[in-house]
Amino acid sequence: MGLHHPTSPIIRLKCMELFHADPRDILMKRLKLPPWLVLLMPAIIILSAVVLIPLLLSLYSSFTSYRLTRPDSLFNWIGTFNYEKAVTDAKFWAAFGRTVLLLAVALNLEMLLGLSLALMISKVTRGQRALRTMMMFPMMFSPILVGFQFKFIFNDNVGLVNNALQSLGVTDTAIPWLVDGKLAMFSIIFAEVWTSTSVFGILILAGLYAIPRDPLEAAKVDGCTPFQSFRFVTLPFLMPFIYIAMAIRSLDVARAYDIVQIMTNGGPARRTELLWTLIGRTGYVDARMGYANAMGYVSIFLAIFFTIYFFKKLQSARKELGMGV
Amino acid sequence: MASKINHRARHVALKWSHTAGLFCAMMVLCVPGLWIVLNSFRPTVEIMAKPPVWIPNNLNLDHYRAMFGGIGEGSVPVLTYFTNSLIISVTSTVIAILVGMAGGYAFARYKFKFKGGIFVGLMVTRAVPGVALSLPLFILFARIGIIDTHIGMILAYVALNVPFTVWLIDGFFRQVPPELAEAAEIDGCTRWQAFWRVEFPVARSGIASAGIFAFLTSWNEYALAAQLTRSTTSKTMPVGLLDFTSQFTLNWGGMCALAVLMIIPALILTFLVQKHLIAGLTFGGVKG
Repeated sequence: MGLHHPTSPIIRLKCMELFHADPRDILMKRLKLPPWLVLLMPAIIILSAVVLIPLLLSLYSSFTSYRLTRPDSLFNWIGTFNYEKAVTDAKFWAAFGRTVLLLAVALNLEMLLGLSLALMISKVTRGQRALRTMMMFPMMFSPILVGFQFKFIFNDNVGLVNNALQSLGVTDTAIPWLVDGKLAMFSIIFAEVWTSTSVFGILILAGLYAIPRDPLEAAKVDGCTPFQSFRFVTLPFLMPFIYIAMAIRSLDVARAYDIVQIMTNGGPARRTELLWTLIGRTGYVDARMGYANAMGYVSIFLAIFFTIYFFKKLQSARKELGMGV
Repeated sequence: MASKINHRARHVALKWSHTAGLFCAMMVLCVPGLWIVLNSFRPTVEIMAKPPVWIPNNLNLDHYRAMFGGIGEGSVPVLTYFTNSLIISVTSTVIAILVGMAGGYAFARYKFKFKGGIFVGLMVTRAVPGVALSLPLFILFARIGIIDTHIGMILAYVALNVPFTVWLIDGFFRQVPPELAEAAEIDGCTRWQAFWRVEFPVARSGIASAGIFAFLTSWNEYALAAQLTRSTTSKTMPVGLLDFTSQFTLNWGGMCALAVLMIIPALILTFLVQKHLIAGLTFGGVKG
């Protein structure tokens, strides 16, 4: 236990009394479980039941030729065949590369936009609450809803964007936002950034509110320019918050399934196919679940890599600030 | 003197660009949503009009009436989906918060072996996407007999939310100085009392914000719900929206109405908890 016990003998005696008087503590003692384990138990139990066991099941099925349409094929062991197939599959690597690209572009854009948004809002003196609420607006949208909304807005016939461009006379012809490969990718990134900038914004804003005033004032007294005090005082303090947001988002973007599914369904001609739409299609449409699970595992590792990376960053940022690990 | 004027001018320019930037940002954030809301009140003819009608001259509630009335396009039982979504999201959020509080407290206050490893292990479970989880879960749930039930969905969503709530709440407890609880214990409180009377109130707002995130995740989740729900007994709103798409491909107005119905609870909840959210994120005040 990492707790400091009171040192005075009388108080310690009192604590012992209390310790024995509380039935919960007696239970804990009899079971000989450390309190942290008791506290973590519910989380561990539910995650093993709902995530770990199904994952083991799908790990097993990735070594079989399991097809949804033929349940008995679940017992047809074919070794690492599915993995070999995935690694040599050009479509898989194309989707992989696209996912990493989306991850890199979207995360960095969201971080920069979220940071500037949070800074702008924190500078406002009146109506800050209203602005904050407005900023959180996109967060309330389900990815399904975002996908539908931008499918509507980028629609080449009735969409808001084309209507506006045509009315303003920028273009005469309808721009095929979701039909052209490159434009479709752009539209998806736009939708992705639109939804998630506010996640960064709100977490960074929280960080800005929590900044202790003293170092900032000290910096001012020492003659720092506003930029310097931002760069050397504010930003390091914000880093843990940014890493938290980054880690959360990197997981979500890696699963960007709903938005793409609705907006383009991986099309046109697989130009916007991401890992998870490819996997979903292989699993449910082609019914080759074993192969889909094999590809799934490769991409889970991608996500795990990012999680651990950002977690390490978060830890070192916290250590620098002396928040304890 | 000249430099003073210059300085002033720069200050004014900065202020204007600040306002302009904020205005643009807010436009981009709000217009897409408002566009959906606006279109839910417009007749289909006007939505499809070429050249576009910019100033709506005919707003009505037709799409909503059709959605709730069960005539023609309204054959999707929206209200049932709505109740399903509400029950599943609220229950799973409450459970996830309780589990997350226990877990977060353990991470914030105790030192133990493999702490970093266990933490990352918990987080990694969130990296598993719904698509990958849905099939084995489907098989498993069918075996136990909780497929297409509220309980099954609640269980799945609790698991979905726990890693994140543990993570956030850990952060919030970490910011409550341990000395506070120690002082309470010295004053004769048990650990349990110290937690509920001292540490919990301080971290309460942070926990509320974790709750919003959990609620929104459950309310909005699609990939799992699409596979684990089969009928009206447990289908949620996102699945309902897709039902709508498959049946009426071009009914933009009707879909907008359903979309609005889906946003409203999230909106209300966020408004209610917003005060806690921001207060929770500013309680740096405890350091005195």
